[in-house]
Amino acid sequence: MSIDESHANPRRATSMRTPLGRVRNLGASHSGTNDFWRQRLTAVAMILMIVPVIIVVMMMLGRNHAAAAQILGSPIVAIVLLLFIVSSVMHMKIGMQVILEDYVHNEKLKLASIMANNFFCAVVALASAYAIFKLSSGV
Amino acid sequence: MTARIDRPLSPHLQTYRWTLTMALSIAHRVTGVALYTGTLLLAWWLIAAASGPAAYSYVLAFTSSFLGKLIVFGFTWALFHHALSGVRHLVWDLGYGFGPAEREWLTWAALIGGIALTVIVWVAAYAMGGGR
Repeated sequence: MSIDESHANPRRATSMRTPLGRVRNLGASHSGTNDFWRQRLTAVAMILMIVPVIIVVMMMLGRNHAAAAQILGSPIVAIVLLLFIVSSVMHMKIGMQVILEDYVHNEKLKLASIMANNFFCAVVALASAYAIFKLSSGV
Repeated sequence: MTARIDRPLSPHLQTYRWTLTMALSIAHRVTGVALYTGTLLLAWWLIAAASGPAAYSYVLAFTSSFLGKLIVFGFTWALFHHALSGVRHLVWDLGYGFGPAEREWLTWAALIGGIALTVIVWVAAYAMGGGR
């Protein structure tokens, strides 16, 4: 029972907050403004880039490896793809984290899966960026 | 471990009639997860391209197979649907489109637009000589 409850109307319901939440002086969790803003920022970035990216993918059709590698390695294409990769990885990391926080209730499993999410996103980002750098001539 | 206080859970799926916005909300999440897993395919494609013709031939074999085309088709739809549904969310974030008619219209537009864009892009891809 918190201090205010001892003075409260006896017909009021007892607090639903966990003891830990009260000790930490936390309110409702869920996403703070940092994630909210980053999600919108990366979303807008990707909306702006989606047409060029679709065009690049379409340019791959019917092309052999040499032609595809040359297109992917050219400066403008490489830069756009890198920007898209960075935006999409940030966006998907935040999105997946929200899903994990919503459905995983075991604290240890939640921490492990959020870490795994972070690692997955980092690996995908770095591996794709590496590939693009390697395709760009001279790196 | 924190003491688990049994909070009352409201029955939702068993009780509420499915609305369009409800269905598309979960579709937004599901397409998001699909795209998340699909990035593995994208990374594979790029790494194979960077590794040489032998590695790239596997990618080409996959994308020309029926299963590969099905997966890429699904991925395309997931991308367009999630993007248009996301635009819908951005409109709502700005405070517009909450009225009953507007939100239905926005939601239908996202759903139909996603399907339409997928079909258009795939028809164009076949016309450009893909899928051989």
